Amino acid sequence: MNINIIGFIKAAILNGAPIMFGTSGEILTEKSGNMNLGVEGLMYMGGAFGLIAAFLYGNTMGSSANGFVCILIALVSSFVAGVLGALIFSFLTITLRANQNVTGLALTIFGTAVGQFACEYLRVQQGSYISVSTELKNAFINPVMPEFLQNIPFIGELLFQYNIFVYLGFVIVIAMHLFMNYSKKGLYLRSVGESPAVADAAGIDVEKYKYLATLIGGGISAIGGMVSIMTLSGCVWSKEGLAGTGWISVALVIFCLWKPLNSVWGSILFGGLLIAYIRLPLPFLPAQIYKIVPYIVTIIVLILVSIRQKRENQPPASLGIPYFREDR
Amino acid sequence: MTAINHREKTPLIRISKRENMSIAGMLAVRIGAFVLAIVLGGLIFACLGTNPIEAYMQMINGSLGKASGIRQVVKIAVPLLTVALALAPCFKMKYWNIGAEGQITIGAICCSYFALYWYDKLPSFVLLIVMAIAAILGGGIWALIPALFKSRYNTNETLFTLMMNYIAIGIAAWLCGGPWEGKPGSQIIPMFNEKAVLPKIGGVHIGWIFALIFVVVMFIYMNYTKQGYEIAVLGESENTARYAGMNVSRIVLRTVFISGALSGFAGYMVASGTDMTLFSNVANNVGFTAITVCWLSQLNPFVMVIISALIAILSRGSSVLQTQLSIPSTISSIITGIILLCLLGCEFFINYEVSFRKKGEN
Repeated sequence: MNINIIGFIKAAILNGAPIMFGTSGEILTEKSGNMNLGVEGLMYMGGAFGLIAAFLYGNTMGSSANGFVCILIALVSSFVAGVLGALIFSFLTITLRANQNVTGLALTIFGTAVGQFACEYLRVQQGSYISVSTELKNAFINPVMPEFLQNIPFIGELLFQYNIFVYLGFVIVIAMHLFMNYSKKGLYLRSVGESPAVADAAGIDVEKYKYLATLIGGGISAIGGMVSIMTLSGCVWSKEGLAGTGWISVALVIFCLWKPLNSVWGSILFGGLLIAYIRLPLPFLPAQIYKIVPYIVTIIVLILVSIRQKRENQPPASLGIPYFREDR
Repeated sequence: MTAINHREKTPLIRISKRENMSIAGMLAVRIGAFVLAIVLGGLIFACLGTNPIEAYMQMINGSLGKASGIRQVVKIAVPLLTVALALAPCFKMKYWNIGAEGQITIGAICCSYFALYWYDKLPSFVLLIVMAIAAILGGGIWALIPALFKSRYNTNETLFTLMMNYIAIGIAAWLCGGPWEGKPGSQIIPMFNEKAVLPKIGGVHIGWIFALIFVVVMFIYMNYTKQGYEIAVLGESENTARYAGMNVSRIVLRTVFISGALSGFAGYMVASGTDMTLFSNVANNVGFTAITVCWLSQLNPFVMVIISALIAILSRGSSVLQTQLSIPSTISSIITGIILLCLLGCEFFINYEVSFRKKGEN
């Protein structure tokens, strides 16, 4: 049997990139004590509006369209879409104190519908599938590192042949790690997630931290949806390609034990699991059954984490619990 | 001087708990939220260049104007209502079962086995009962798996049940394209024999009668039985339940089994009554929508009837919009989402009182 290991790892990293955004965004959100189950919806919105923005830009500029500008536009629109979605969640759960689980699910229903609707509607209006020119498409999927780095044997292939979003994901994850562990504001954020009452007494603006973490986290998660559409689905709206990514991202947060750096390994592993049925077909395992392996692995992880109740591996203590100063 | 300082420190908006709002007031707030949602949905129509009033009228006409439309509405509402009822005891217990989607699918799979391979061995009536039992056991046992780990290791049930959805749907997809496939390569399971199809009453499969019976039974179960009381106590405080000598894990497992069984039964109604075959997307997001139906109804079975009917009307109405105004039918999910979010938000104004700083107040 001839298995291309490097090719498989590369594909795993590429397919894991959307999950990396989704998970790291949700980690930021959950660190503030908010559990946003609307990530699936946010990723749909990010994917749809990122694609639509890139499409409109490509349409208006015609042949003079610039790949880098297009990427930037797609990034910003997906981020803004995610922030707006997360704003609904934050307003309802933080200000109006609605139940986080139910609000997150409602946001998923709303967000998936908005994403799907926007793309379908535009397609009907345009009379054709919405996509971008090959040139712009290549800007999204081509490797960005300089040639000489890519040409290093083995290492170049393994490390330097990815599209821009993979590296952007790494940067975000590392920045988040540094922010949470080595900055005062990060410490404040964690204290809000662990014990909002104590943080409040210490003079930290609990609501502000919760809002900002949820909004920025939602924006980062939504970028993941755009990355999935633009790099994995070939810049065409694909509901099937996106379905489930958000939920895996939420589950992966537990797998990562709420530590941003772990989302790198986690997303690569799950990226690999998601494509294993294509890349490593097993003759005795039907593809449809193979496809559910990532979910089974997630469940096993959930169980293992709950059996080994280590102190340092626990969720933020106030996760999912709303905080009202007046309730004390 | 002190008076001025004090005044500066009085916040502009103050929020305090409200204990007893009149029923009329509560109703007014909720209707207000609903109207707001409809207006927001109308804004979307206006942005698309469609007259919102005309669009809503089309939706109502398409869903309630004709008998065939009403039948479609009932068909959509029945599984939604049944699953919302199924979830109510779980949520009352604060057990976050979001695996209804998978429980529906497993229920449909289990009953399909008998529909496909036993139809020539059993008379229709017996076959339908066997199918129902299979669906109930299948859904219930499927739901028990996460519950066992929850009660043993306190495993996070929200994500566990969620992952179980994808596994169930994957199994159904495998059956559709593999062992149970009809014509090779079709990826579709053949239609059930008519012996395995639920009979119709009033043009809709008999499931709607079951659903209405479940409403009453669930109301009584939750409010007037010992088991319902145990669920309520456990939901409020696990420690209280322990102190009172209740067997917590037994209550959890029993409640979750009932919930999964009812969801499985909903899967049976969809497969046998509506689809007359097994599709891998037999659940069709009903499991998720039902969660919000259940929560918005404040776990009250009778309110669930109204809300699931409402969502069914939207859903049916929007498919009319798609054909007549070429607006994609996903618009119904957007409006459903807006209604859910508005109604979730309005609870705040029922539970809390907002007062503004008055002029000249010290």
